[in-house]
Amino acid sequence: MAMPFYVPPEQLMKDRSDYARKGIARGKPVVALEYADGILFIADNTSTHLHKLSEIYDRIAFAGVGKFSEFENLRIAGVRLADIRGYSYGREDVTAKSLANAYSQALSNVFTQEMKPYEIEILVAQVGESNEESELFHILFDGSVTDEEGFVVMGGESETLAEQLRQGYQEGLDLEAAMRLGVQTLSASDPTVADPARIEAAVLDRTRKRRKFRRFTDDEIRPLLG
Amino acid sequence: MIGDEPTGFGASPSFFELVRAGGPVSAAPTSGGDPVRVEPPHGTTVLALKYTDGVVMAGDRRAVEGYTIADRRMDKVFPTDDHSAVAIAGVAAQAIELVRLFQTELEHYEKVEGERLSLEGKANRLAQMLRAWMPMVMQGLVVVPLFAGYDLRRGEGRIFRYDVIGGRYEELEYHANGSGGTHAKGSMKKRFRVGLSRGDAIQVAVEGLLDASEEDTATGGPDPIRGIYPSVFVLTASGVDEVPVEEVKAAYEAVLQHRQGEGGA
Repeated sequence: MAMPFYVPPEQLMKDRSDYARKGIARGKPVVALEYADGILFIADNTSTHLHKLSEIYDRIAFAGVGKFSEFENLRIAGVRLADIRGYSYGREDVTAKSLANAYSQALSNVFTQEMKPYEIEILVAQVGESNEESELFHILFDGSVTDEEGFVVMGGESETLAEQLRQGYQEGLDLEAAMRLGVQTLSASDPTVADPARIEAAVLDRTRKRRKFRRFTDDEIRPLLG
Repeated sequence: MIGDEPTGFGASPSFFELVRAGGPVSAAPTSGGDPVRVEPPHGTTVLALKYTDGVVMAGDRRAVEGYTIADRRMDKVFPTDDHSAVAIAGVAAQAIELVRLFQTELEHYEKVEGERLSLEGKANRLAQMLRAWMPMVMQGLVVVPLFAGYDLRRGEGRIFRYDVIGGRYEELEYHANGSGGTHAKGSMKKRFRVGLSRGDAIQVAVEGLLDASEEDTATGGPDPIRGIYPSVFVLTASGVDEVPVEEVKAAYEAVLQHRQGEGGA
């Protein structure tokens, strides 16, 4: 009988993390930043049909980077969870916090138990009555969650891009300024990104009625790019 | 994963299937059991008619339990998404639950699929949900919805009526449901023309409900002292809007004035 090689758990986890990180870094980035009326999401996405940004519930949006099939799966599970919660209890009882917890559990299970970890990072954002009450939960491939303030960058060379964004970011930017800053950030890794056909953009706008999520069309993005 | 398509391929965009498949709430209990004699509140007259820009949908505000008025301010017309609405007659509790389920169904589909159902698709979905409601109907808990919407693909308003077992029938001009439905329909039959203006259509709707309230004890008429008037919605290409109460009041007064001129009707 052949003895299986002993692999120390530290090594196993490190290999899995490296594998997931590499996959995520290959993907195109997404930025999310708070602006005067809520939260703006911008993705570098050449596809007009496969969205990286989407609506989960009235005040909650989802963004994913990495393997589309993997985060799409989680997105649908999130919509299901939210709709069931809202239907069983009340619409205000659906929160980004509980979704982030569920995602964290799911990703952590996949990371430790499945053949390969998910090569994704996701963002669950909830717009509040003011920017102080808005929430940005950034969830990594291994299920770790960070509660971010002001802005989040995921995918690609996210650390460099986050540094770039930090320099230009300030509270209470208007939509145009926030869009310019977001696109500028994405352009740092790829200058050809500033093209309405490549930009996917959406907002959680607190001034809207019940459903705060809105996706911009190419024609709406063009004037915002200046 | 829960709620997968019965084919085992792809994710089901249906919220209704999801809750029926054993979610935290069971949408329509399927257990039979002995019929229990209960007298739950009933909602009464609702109607819809087409006009030049789409559909006007309206309902009275009364709910009754036997001969008692259970509610003077009940709403029976509910927007179900940006371009459709349901008006309900029948057992109030069931009807309101059906509407809530249907609203979630449409929003769930839109979020999962990334696009809206066609109006035809929405109308069919409501029929299927009613069919699943059959066990409740057998226990006497009857719900009859009236569905209307603006069909963006065809560029026109459309009206669908249903029977208690989920039959779906498209109406080309107008329809009314509920205990006072026959009277409202008779009234609209005399007043309806193709290509009504918004103002005229609202007046025809208000008059239909007024006529129903005069003939049917379960249908509430306008109540000027409490400021309760029928709820009226317009469904057009730009969305579903509730007609302001002042406008409904003005339409009601115009009908009364017309009748006074004729020496009373």
